[in-house]
Amino acid sequence: MSQYGFYIDSSCCSGCKTCQVACKDKNDLDQGMMWRRVYEVSGGSWEQRPNGGWNPQISTYNLSIACNHCEDPACVDACPTKALYKDSEKGFVLIDPEKCVGCRYCEWACPYGALQYNEDLGIMTKCDFCKDYLEVGNEPSCVSSCPLRAIDYGELSELQEKYGLVSQVHPMPDPKLTKPSLVIGPHRESETAKINKARIANLEEVKND
Amino acid sequence: MKPLDRRKFIKTSGLIGGSVSLVPGFAADLFGLTPGQAVIGDLPSEGWIRVGCPAHNCGGRCLLKVWVKDGLIARIETDDRPTDDLSDPQLRACVRGRAYRRRQYHPDRLRFPMKRVGKRGEGYFERISWTEALSLMAKKLTEIRNKYGNEALYIPYGTGSYSQTNGRWPAVRLLNILGGSLKYYNSYSWACISKATPTVFGTGITGNQRQDWLNSKFILMWGWNPAEMRDGTNTEYFLKKARERGARIVCIDPRKTMSAVALADEWIPIRPGTETAMMSAMAYVMIQENLIDREFIKTHCIGFDNSQMPDGYEEDESYSDYILGTIDNIPKTPEWAEAITGIPSETIARIARQYGSIKPAMLYQGYGMQRRAYGEQPVRGGCVLAAITGNIGIHGGWASGIAHQPGGTPFWNIFPMKKNPVKAAIPTFLWSEAVIRGTELSAKEGLSGVDQLSTNIKFIWAVASNALINQHSNINRTAKILEDESKVEFLVVQDQFLTPTGKFADLLLPACMQFETWGLEDGWKYGDEVILMPQVVKPAFESRSDYRICADLAREMGVYEEFTEELDERGWTKKLWNSYKSNRFPDIPDFEQVVKSNQGVYSLPVHEPKISFENFAKDPVKYPLKTPSGKIEIFSPALKELGQADEIPPIPKYIQEWESPFGPEKDRFPLQAIGPHYMGRVHSTFDNVDWLQEAFPQRIFINPIDAEPRGIKEGDNVVAFNDRGKLKLPCRFTQRILPGVVSIPQGAWWEPDKKQVDIGGSINVLTSEKWTPLAFGNAQHTIMVDIKRVR
Repeated sequence: MSQYGFYIDSSCCSGCKTCQVACKDKNDLDQGMMWRRVYEVSGGSWEQRPNGGWNPQISTYNLSIACNHCEDPACVDACPTKALYKDSEKGFVLIDPEKCVGCRYCEWACPYGALQYNEDLGIMTKCDFCKDYLEVGNEPSCVSSCPLRAIDYGELSELQEKYGLVSQVHPMPDPKLTKPSLVIGPHRESETAKINKARIANLEEVKND
Repeated sequence: MKPLDRRKFIKTSGLIGGSVSLVPGFAADLFGLTPGQAVIGDLPSEGWIRVGCPAHNCGGRCLLKVWVKDGLIARIETDDRPTDDLSDPQLRACVRGRAYRRRQYHPDRLRFPMKRVGKRGEGYFERISWTEALSLMAKKLTEIRNKYGNEALYIPYGTGSYSQTNGRWPAVRLLNILGGSLKYYNSYSWACISKATPTVFGTGITGNQRQDWLNSKFILMWGWNPAEMRDGTNTEYFLKKARERGARIVCIDPRKTMSAVALADEWIPIRPGTETAMMSAMAYVMIQENLIDREFIKTHCIGFDNSQMPDGYEEDESYSDYILGTIDNIPKTPEWAEAITGIPSETIARIARQYGSIKPAMLYQGYGMQRRAYGEQPVRGGCVLAAITGNIGIHGGWASGIAHQPGGTPFWNIFPMKKNPVKAAIPTFLWSEAVIRGTELSAKEGLSGVDQLSTNIKFIWAVASNALINQHSNINRTAKILEDESKVEFLVVQDQFLTPTGKFADLLLPACMQFETWGLEDGWKYGDEVILMPQVVKPAFESRSDYRICADLAREMGVYEEFTEELDERGWTKKLWNSYKSNRFPDIPDFEQVVKSNQGVYSLPVHEPKISFENFAKDPVKYPLKTPSGKIEIFSPALKELGQADEIPPIPKYIQEWESPFGPEKDRFPLQAIGPHYMGRVHSTFDNVDWLQEAFPQRIFINPIDAEPRGIKEGDNVVAFNDRGKLKLPCRFTQRILPGVVSIPQGAWWEPDKKQVDIGGSINVLTSEKWTPLAFGNAQHTIMVDIKRVR
């Protein structure tokens, strides 16, 4: 089976959220629903010298995360109605709106916040990899939107060959949990993020409700 | 009646993402359009149309591909040209362009003409017909013109719609036909850098085409934040590529901006308003360690040291005198600068060594630091650093300053506005002075063209302008000025929403969106392209294009034929498209062909980037500059002759600002507040767009070091205040800002509560109307405030 995934180049991601909004436009997502979210990871401290100069010790970077179409998706396991399933052709994690009852178990199960509840419909929604675009030879909307050309997509093994094997940086969950189909170009400051106690600094902008 | 309160968007129910068919969704029922409604004559009623992203004052000029269905825009994608190489990269729209449907189909759009009922500024209006609106406007215009003359008429700075046919251009044309109106010069964006750059170089064309950045080895992004403010579509992308090619990029900014995070190798936080102190200390290190290009200085500059002072100024303080402290006994050492800038002296010295030794190098100045008290100084200071390191006229270098492009300077308004018979011009920022005491103004306040005005401003026609209230300094002061009907006797606001400025209108005219009319735009500051903006949908409700409104008014005033030349919006777009053929793009395809082919954009790839001062660098005698001396004027005799050396020194100097953490004002207002551009807005445009509010909520960004002693916790509501006003917002803790500085992104819409506390969060309730000494520019970032927690 083929497995598609995303590559995000965190090293040059500015956090502009063009991908997030391009996705919302394509999928007509109301306020509160974000199939792709941009997390600002930031933290650190400042020291002032006797002569007045400041030395910052700060780590900052952005992570644009949609659904990682995991090889071992926790949402699929958690779904009591089998509304969530793994597509057999390209490995997409998809949702059947007819079967979804809106119990939101998948939302709790997913460590990436990919599942988004649609209040009006009472069901879950999520990134479908713009498979309708792929079918006609176009890129997913987020990929073609990025002003810095920092998002790519394709066969996971090819992405890994091209960009490496990093699929987790601080403070993302352990990839062993769900095996995300994600490759990250890490920002250099992700190396110091843990020491600097970096956290998601824009929490109010990325939470679902 | 108060017709326009804030409402939530119509929900997008019925649409499940992913499997959605292309249905207009939230817009259809609200905008009352029925499926199958005819769209535009020569465009498909359903399909993808390439169209320029509506032009605002963002610095970006991008291409969209919009899906039109049933007379509505149902989806927005961006430039999809298959080649995306650096000679002609795709013009990918940013987050604002991609959110445009939520602006286009916003429930608060102005739908009908309205006239004021109640007091001016209260915001109460009643619906009137277009016939009544135009006749009222014509009557008032005629009355005021007859009573006070054309100098009493004013069309203020406004960039809410900014293509070649939208916005204020047609209004200016109409008034020019009717005898003219009071002119303005410079802008809220770059008054100081426009004025100060030519004092050094004799021109504003000091930049290189962006492809040349790839030749640079060291790039100092000084207060420059293209990732947030979009200083040209793709500027951030070019920087990414320059870095991939090996350039080291250092960002100097009070905030760790998006640009600092995404584009730079290092961020150096600097205290706002102290840039020239750091520049001076860099010069000190470079002079002491002989990292300057002495040969270039000798042949190309004047005023560097005593050996090259211009005739008659031999006894004046040279640049080296100032830097070394020869006369004032204050050597501008890194230690001296550390106490001022907040940057460790070793860091200053290290950056000086890098800038002085890595060749070629760019020092690119952002504009925020010149919207400050002595904003002329860092501009001149940066230019001088570029000159003394010999980074001028070479590939990979950069002369600094305003950096217009050689060979392809922008044509921002090719729409023919005709000659303005009124000679008088005021600095943009001083319009409120011209309202309250216009006849008292003189050259000391920047009045030009005449010695004295014959009248104060009495009639304002604000087209696509929220600069009267929201974007001008000291809103509480401005509001009082505008409330007084004996000053401005009639105020027309022509816009798409009831902005804070609109609330002060006597007459509100609903302008349509740019997707609802024809237009075209070019590459703003950079790109060599023309972008077509075909009309893709009908104007909503009773809104009309800015051009149409002016044409209708021209009919009332009896000058319809002269105004229109019998052209409609499409006709003008065609005419302007063709004028590009004669003045800039000889091989541009025929207009009708471009419309038919739906290509959207015509661009000239840049394979060999042009650079400024190439000839001058090679032979300064044969190719002198347009400065009085023909050389780079590190010392400017012309500035010396102004006789205001304390505030306008002939060499660039650090001058303590009039509100500063080093002045007595710090006791009451200890924090500096800066108002950067925000990713979710273009100035005040887009402030009301929900997808952008969600992505970038308006907050006060504060370092925990400043918050905690004030008992403030993350997310608390806080009030920022000084003697001019108060605003209330939730706070966001961030480490990404220098302690002692808070950020309140500019452009949020003013919304005073009953106690005049602005709960919209417009920083301009705190800013000062005081102008800069040389350019008469806005110094809106020079303010001190304090912050306290509120319930």
